Amino acid sequence: MSNLSREDVAHVAMLARIHLEDAELDRLAGQLDQIVDWVGQVAEVASADVPPMSHPMPLTNVTRPDEVRPSLGVEQAVANAPQAEDDRFAVPRILDEE
Amino acid sequence: MSTTLSDDLTRLSAVQMADRLADGAITSEQLTQAHLDRIVRLNPTLNAYLLVDPEGALATAREVDRARAAGEDLPRLAGVPVAVKDIACTEGMTTTAGSRMLADFVPPYDATIVTRIRDARMPILGKTNMDEFAMGSSTEHSAFGPTRNPWDLDRIPGGSGGGSSAAVAAYLAPLAVGSDTGGSIRQPAAVTGTVGTKPTYGAVSRYGVIALASSLDQIGPCARTVADAALLHEVLAGHDPMDSTSIDAPVPDVVGASGTTDLTGLRVGVVREISGEGFQAGVQARFDEALDQLRALGAEIVEVSCPHFGYAMAAYYLILPSEASSNLARYDAMRYGLRETPEGSPSAEQVMAASRDAGFGDEVKRRIILGTYALSSGYYDAYYGQAQKVRTLIARDFEAAFEQADVLVSPTSPTTAFALGDKTEDPMAMYLNDIATIPANLAGVPGMSIPSGTADEDSLPAGLQILAPAMQDQRLYAVGAALEARLRETQGGYVIEQAPEIEVRA
Repeated sequence: MSNLSREDVAHVAMLARIHLEDAELDRLAGQLDQIVDWVGQVAEVASADVPPMSHPMPLTNVTRPDEVRPSLGVEQAVANAPQAEDDRFAVPRILDEE
Repeated sequence: MSTTLSDDLTRLSAVQMADRLADGAITSEQLTQAHLDRIVRLNPTLNAYLLVDPEGALATAREVDRARAAGEDLPRLAGVPVAVKDIACTEGMTTTAGSRMLADFVPPYDATIVTRIRDARMPILGKTNMDEFAMGSSTEHSAFGPTRNPWDLDRIPGGSGGGSSAAVAAYLAPLAVGSDTGGSIRQPAAVTGTVGTKPTYGAVSRYGVIALASSLDQIGPCARTVADAALLHEVLAGHDPMDSTSIDAPVPDVVGASGTTDLTGLRVGVVREISGEGFQAGVQARFDEALDQLRALGAEIVEVSCPHFGYAMAAYYLILPSEASSNLARYDAMRYGLRETPEGSPSAEQVMAASRDAGFGDEVKRRIILGTYALSSGYYDAYYGQAQKVRTLIARDFEAAFEQADVLVSPTSPTTAFALGDKTEDPMAMYLNDIATIPANLAGVPGMSIPSGTADEDSLPAGLQILAPAMQDQRLYAVGAALEARLRETQGGYVIEQAPEIEVRA
């Protein structure tokens, strides 16, 4: 049912924000096509009346008391930033140049 | 202290170490130094540790020694050193998850399990190697080179927790922390002749543990004996308000259970779908013999069928990549982690895409792309939605099986350790290593691997897996301990004692 083309992989990689070089795309596309084909067998077994399971535990909302607690200071928060300026995260431009 | 004497200390079980520390026969500083010496000698060959922290470990050891000398009441494992998989955040100590993306990441806080280890006053020797973001079954997907199996340096130590399993098997630590999303504690234990437990989903806090697939991930102990694993299990487990999936209930008495010697009346189910065909002859032979020993211990062996286990792998390789693609979206090159800036005046989006290309290895990219695809519009129902239904069927298979049996058993891994490089070019072949371990993660039930012996064809260790219903983790330890003692008697020692001396490679 699959057949994931090289173009499909390039598109999905873009959605996942991974810039793949041509050689990588060649290598991964073939492998992914094979894997998608194989995982597709899940379609064979479960009928419409089987409920989906997202989690092993029946979860309800878990909340904590709304109390002020210590948290990371600014210095700690930006300590691992690739680039920081004036206690803030410095990021590349987010708008187009035009 | 001479090298020999120091090596002797590392050969003790964690229980023996704790006892000797308690009665003053040894100090924690001696014990910790003995491990550090061995790490210096053997880690360049094994690559089990990505980071070693001699100063931190020795400081903790000396504090414990001082406290003991002052007559303080100390926790059972106080002074017994431990290794931590590099997936758990350690304040001030680099935490990489085996990825270039986090090569320089120094967490500003401790994971809850690390806090618990510190509260137990256990010296942390260092951080162990792993497949990148815990994706793999061999540690070959680590960005920092593979770990080697102490039994045969040209073979894999399992994965993703191959650093922890190799460290324990090579006496570079008596105990280690692992994480298990599809078998990453149990399969490495099996191929290194050690013990590993994946507790019930939610039994151990994951706060501060780098997430792979949040509905599957669980933290657990790696050790050389069942009783040792139980002691670390007790340290790690328990409710944590910082993890919303943490179970708010008492921890099962795993330590008490690890003293079990008789299994009279226990019903042990053999899962037809995860044994026999496709399993290496020597692995299956040791498994069959272990069943005889279980009978000799008074257990009743029944065959059970879990008809949907055959679809577990496919469901897992949709659910895991889907959750991973979402969890790993956080590596955006803005707040922490690697930033790769292309030439010119790139946008944030271009920087992000270039950074994720440079920071992630092939396996991580494969799974992120697969997960993104499975969750994308038009494919969601056929893939992710369908996989979730299969998950329900697998959970129902377990429910039915546990009506007929108190625990289930299978070989842990279909083969003994394979050669480094054997499966790196064939992702599908790599995935099939976890065929017996994955169902437990999908259903959230606890599982343990103990050594069953060595395979005749290659003299490498094989593992036996025990599975129990959710919240019944103590059953794993009861069965594991009784069988371990019985096998030790019939095989003339622990399996790990058959491991050859490690040859130092330049």
